[in-house]
Amino acid sequence: MFKEAREGASVATLVKLHKVNKIFKTDTLSFHALIDINLEIKKGEFIGIVGPSGSGKSTLMNILGLLDNPTSGTYTLDGQDVSRLGEETLASLRNKKIGFIFQNFNLLGRTSALENVQLPLIYSGVSKEERDLRAVEILQSVGLGDKLQSRPNQLSGGQQQRVAVARALITNPEILLADEPTGNLDSKTGADIINLFKTLNKKGKTIILITHEASIAKNANRVITIKDGKVGR
Amino acid sequence: MNIFETFKLAFKSIIANRLRSSLTILGIVIGVTSVILLVALVSGLKSFITAQISSFGANVMYVIPGRIGGGRGPGGSQANRLTFQDANNLRVALGGDAEVSASIQRTSTLKYQNKTDRDVTIAGVEATYFKIISALKIDKGRFFTFSEANSGKRVVVIGPTVVKNLFGGRDPIGEYISVGNLKYQVIGVVQPRGANFGIDLDNVGAISVVAAQRQFGEDRVQNILISAKTPELIKSVQSEAVKTLKKRLTEDDFTVQTQEQTLSTISQITGVLTAALGGIAAISLIVGGIGIMNIMLVSVTERTREIGLRKALGAKPKDIRLQFLIEAVTLSALGGIIGIILGIAFSLLVNIFFQTTITWWSIALSFGFSVLVGVVFGVAPALRASKMNPIQALRYE
Ligand SMILES: Nc1ncnc2c1ncn2[C@@H]1O[C@H](COP(=O)(O)OP(=O)(O)OP(=O)(O)O)[C@@H](O)[C@H]1O
Ligand SMILES: [Mg+2]
Repeated sequence: MFKEAREGASVATLVKLHKVNKIFKTDTLSFHALIDINLEIKKGEFIGIVGPSGSGKSTLMNILGLLDNPTSGTYTLDGQDVSRLGEETLASLRNKKIGFIFQNFNLLGRTSALENVQLPLIYSGVSKEERDLRAVEILQSVGLGDKLQSRPNQLSGGQQQRVAVARALITNPEILLADEPTGNLDSKTGADIINLFKTLNKKGKTIILITHEASIAKNANRVITIKDGKVGR
Repeated sequence: MNIFETFKLAFKSIIANRLRSSLTILGIVIGVTSVILLVALVSGLKSFITAQISSFGANVMYVIPGRIGGGRGPGGSQANRLTFQDANNLRVALGGDAEVSASIQRTSTLKYQNKTDRDVTIAGVEATYFKIISALKIDKGRFFTFSEANSGKRVVVIGPTVVKNLFGGRDPIGEYISVGNLKYQVIGVVQPRGANFGIDLDNVGAISVVAAQRQFGEDRVQNILISAKTPELIKSVQSEAVKTLKKRLTEDDFTVQTQEQTLSTISQITGVLTAALGGIAAISLIVGGIGIMNIMLVSVTERTREIGLRKALGAKPKDIRLQFLIEAVTLSALGGIIGIILGIAFSLLVNIFFQTTITWWSIALSFGFSVLVGVVFGVAPALRASKMNPIQALRYE
């Protein structure tokens, strides 16, 4: 609401889902995981998506994060229809526009924080010098300036998740997509990460936070509830 | 992602799994090492034989028993029918165009006082032999004469090793040594020629053919050497020799082979040998390639989450494909490089005992082949990795 309040109705729509369905088909079964989802997210919003286990939160995030195509319906991201794009195009859009944060951090083992953070830039062809520069800067901004050379197994859970946040931010993406980012953290460390999100949001970053804990979701400007594949109230 | 960084990444992952990587490339290492070593051995053998034969002089040809290049193999099952008479017939027929010497070779034990020299090559030759074999040079004393040779006089010309073993370096000229049970007078010593393939070219003694036939109870000769006076005469001397020999023998009984023909026969034999040994070594390269494929497939499965993550962060299928392909190629090329180093090292080591000639083409070929093996066997794992679904890959435990 913060940014929206300031800029009013002129704020651009970043994400628009129209009648999005996702049906998983196996040989014998088909499962309707998302049913006619309509959703609009504006630039600078901090959205919380809640819902019980198996309700379709991660499925929705995979579509929003361009990891998967909807079975039907349209997804417009930043004014571009991205519902039926090929693997290559999706990969480069993901690289530019999406920053992922996972429950289990997903850092590369045996690899320093500095190198983990640079990973997305490797695929956008940024030179080693510039990558180093940007990675150091972004790690400092999440408070890990003294852990540049540390490997994941030398970092605490909270620190690992900060490295993951830094990695998600390094391409300066349109959206930060976090699926249960605090699921593997204790409540104190989890709160730190949520506070980091809040700070980032204040600086204008659009954040979509998926969680099944209402107490965490309430940090968002707007909470969307999913139940049995449908957006509820 | 650029190629250079992909290589760096491949090295990192190879080094991270040091032990596994070393075991994986072992097949390639062994393959490349053996290609280089075996080819070096065969090439060494070839250049040794070639040098030996060439030292006989370019105008030399041999009459050898049996028929080469006919239906039967060299020597065949045919009994040797060459005699000293054939050498004499050739001498008469060829006249001033060529020198002729019959020859017999045996291994025998020489004795002088209480000293013994075993496994001495005794060559029964004619006086002309020393003119034909230009590499044989007298050091002390003299070669034997026509009359000494024809009468079978028991005189001997010995090599430096025999001098060392029997006389401890003392002057042997005029002394009597025993060959088997018979005594021979030493009349000359030849200059040293060295040793190779375990054969000491200086542990030799030359006696006349007539003496050798008596000594060894032999009525045949092993071969007849003919040396044309000029290169231009080689062809005509060869055909005249064949014509002369056919008066007494059938064409299955002998072959007159020029130096050129001998060298090309040796080339053929070593070529076949190289191909056979190289082929066996190449099989081990292919086995090595299968090893690499196996490990790469394991590695792809193990790194499913990494692949999913990289894809989520923007890696295209072709980036992933390249990453794993380059890893396989780096592994096999590394195996190739280690194999080259070991192959050269072993060849140099073996060179102390047997002459080896390291050939550049064998290094280039085996390295090229090992890289090719990496590409061929790296494709399947790389394709599997690039086709992974990022969502499922990220969920993989
Ligand atoms: N690839 C798939 N094939 C078949 N069914 C699937 C597939 N992926 C998800 N589902 C099903 O879709 C439903 C939604 O799954 P999803 O992972 O989105 O749930 P979630 O809301 O993220 O749950 P949680 O809170 O436990 O993470 C589940 O019932 C799941 O079994
Ligand atoms: Mg989920």
